[in-house]
Amino acid sequence: MAATRVLRSEWTKIKSVRSTVWTLGLAAVTTIALGALISALTKSQFDQMPRQEQISFDPTFVSFAGTGLGQLAMIVFGVLVVSNEYSSGMIRASLAAVPQRGTFLFCKVGVATALALVVGMATSFVTFFLGQALLGGRGAELGDPGVLRAVTGAGLYMTLITMFSMGVAAMLRSPTLSLGILMPFFFLVSNILGNVPATEKIGRYLPDQAGSKIMQVVTPADGGAPYGPWAGLGIMALWVLAALAGGFLLLRRRDA
Amino acid sequence: MIELEGLTKRYGDKLAVDGLTFTVRPGVVTGFLGPNGAGKSTTMRMMLGLDRPTAGDVRIDGKHYAQLRDPLTSIGALLEAKAVHGGRSAYNHLLCLAQSNGIPSRRVDQVLETVGLSAVARKRSKGFSLGMGQRLGIAAALLGDPRILMFDEPVNGLDPEGIHWIRTLMQRLAAEGRTVFVSSHLMSEMALTAGHLVVIGQGKLLADTSMSAFIAENSRSYVTLRSPEPERLRDLLHGAGMTVVPRADGALEVDGGDAAVIGELAAANGLALHELSPRQASLEEAFMQLTAGAVEYHAHSEARGTAPGGAPAQPGGDGWGAGRQAPGGGRGKRRRGKHRNDVTDPDQGA
Repeated sequence: MAATRVLRSEWTKIKSVRSTVWTLGLAAVTTIALGALISALTKSQFDQMPRQEQISFDPTFVSFAGTGLGQLAMIVFGVLVVSNEYSSGMIRASLAAVPQRGTFLFCKVGVATALALVVGMATSFVTFFLGQALLGGRGAELGDPGVLRAVTGAGLYMTLITMFSMGVAAMLRSPTLSLGILMPFFFLVSNILGNVPATEKIGRYLPDQAGSKIMQVVTPADGGAPYGPWAGLGIMALWVLAALAGGFLLLRRRDA
Repeated sequence: MIELEGLTKRYGDKLAVDGLTFTVRPGVVTGFLGPNGAGKSTTMRMMLGLDRPTAGDVRIDGKHYAQLRDPLTSIGALLEAKAVHGGRSAYNHLLCLAQSNGIPSRRVDQVLETVGLSAVARKRSKGFSLGMGQRLGIAAALLGDPRILMFDEPVNGLDPEGIHWIRTLMQRLAAEGRTVFVSSHLMSEMALTAGHLVVIGQGKLLADTSMSAFIAENSRSYVTLRSPEPERLRDLLHGAGMTVVPRADGALEVDGGDAAVIGELAAANGLALHELSPRQASLEEAFMQLTAGAVEYHAHSEARGTAPGGAPAQPGGDGWGAGRQAPGGGRGKRRRGKHRNDVTDPDQGA
C-alpha cells in the first residue's frame, strides 16, 4: 500500500466536504478579526494603562489575542476530519480499502495537519501585520528579537491544537463527545486551571497553556512559566504525540 | 474464493459467531442465510478484516485480508446502505476510495453508470434515498473490478425494480466466474438468486448445500381444490389413489398431485371445480424450521439433528406439517404480508 495513494485519497476526502472550508475559514476570520479588534482597543487605551503594564507591554502577543477563540474552530476541524468517518459509517469502507490502520490514520492526520499548517501560518502572519498596523507606533517589527519566532510559533500552535484534537477524536470516535470535551476544556477549564493560584503549577503544563508561550515576546510581569517558548511548544507536542499514539493504539485494537 | 476455518467471535460471554467453517466458491451466487442476529454481519466484517476474530481464520484467495495488495481490486463489499458522508458527492465518495487503491478515476464514472447514478453523481449523497444509497454502496463494491464480491442484505430498502436489478447483477457477476457472497434473512429472495446456500443460526453453521438440493429436500408441491361437492371429489381422488387432506376452510389439498390429471378426472366425472391451483410450499418455512431448530438447540442444549450439510431431522414435524393443516388464509396471508417475492407461485419456485 503506497502511502502516497492514501494521502491522495485523504486529500480528496478533506476537500470534498464543506465543513473543511467552514471551520478553517472561521478559524482564520475569528483569529484575525478578534486580534485586530483588541489591537485597536489597546492602542486607544494604552495611555490609561498602569505603568507596570506599559513596561511589560507585548504588542506581538496582543495581536494574537484572537487565538483563544479561533483555535476552537481549528478543534472542530480536527475533530470532524476524524470522527466523520465514524458518524457516517464510512470508516468500514475506508478500512476495507486501506486495512493498514496506521497508514490510514497517519495519512489522514498528515493531510489535515498540512492543511492546518498552511491556514495557521497564513492566519498568523496576517494577524500579526494587521495587529501591528492597528497598534501604530506601539507595534512591533517582524525583525525585532523573538518576533518572527512568535509569529511562526502562533501558526505552529494552531497546527498542534488541530493535531491534538484529531488524536482525541480518534480515541473517542464520536464527534459530539469529542467536541463536548475539547471545546469547554480549551475555552474555559484550561484557562481557569492556568490562572487560579492553587492549580497554576499544573495548569501551565496543559497543552494550550504551554504551547501559547511561543507567542510571547516580552516576559510577563509575574515572571511567567518555568520553561522557554520552544520548551513550551515541546510540552504541547508531547501532548499531541500522546493523543495520536492513543488514537492509533485504540484504532489498531478495536473492531471497526 | 473465501475460506473460513473455525471462525469465532465472542462478545463478552455471548458467542456471536461459533466455529464457522465453510468455503465460498467462484462461479455461483452463494446465499448466506440466517435470521436477524444470527451473526451474518459479524462474519462478513471479520472476512473484511474489520473485526478481529476471537479464534479461527479467514482467507481471501489464500491470503489474510491485511496481506491483500489494493484489497478493493480483490474483494468488493457492500456492508451497509448509506455508510457515506452525507456532504460528499457520490463521485467524490467513490473517487477517494478509488485513489487509495490506485484505481483510475474513469472507473468511478463507469461504476456510477453501471448502478445508474450518473445523473446524480455530483450531488451530495445526503439527499439520496435508501435505494440510491444501496446503489452507491454497490458501486463502491464494484469499483476495483474484484473477483470476489460480498453484499450484506443488498435488497433492503429497494423497490421491486431495484430488487430485480440487483438479482440480475449478482447472477451476471457469478456467471462471469466471480465469487458472489450475499447475505439475507429472506429465504425467498435467496431461492431466486443463489445457487449455493450457507445457513447459520446463533452463529453456528446449519447447512452448507446447493440450492437445488435444499429445494429438493425441503419443498413440497401440492394442488388446492375447491368444489361445490367436496365429498364426491374426495372419493373420486381417493379412488384414483391420491392422498387428500381437507382444509378447515373447505378446500382440499392433494400432495404432489398433478393439476392436469385432477382436472381431467373431475371433468370426466362431470364434477364442477371452483378452484384448481398447483402450489409449492414456501422454502421460507423450511428455512424457518431449520433455524428454529438452532434456537431450540441453544436454549435447551438438546440435540435436534441440525447437522451441517443436511436438512432438519424431522422435516415433516410441527413446522410446515402443522401449517398445512391450519386454515389456509393464515399461512398465505403471513407469507404474502411479509415477503414480496415469496415462492407461492410454482413458476417462481426454482
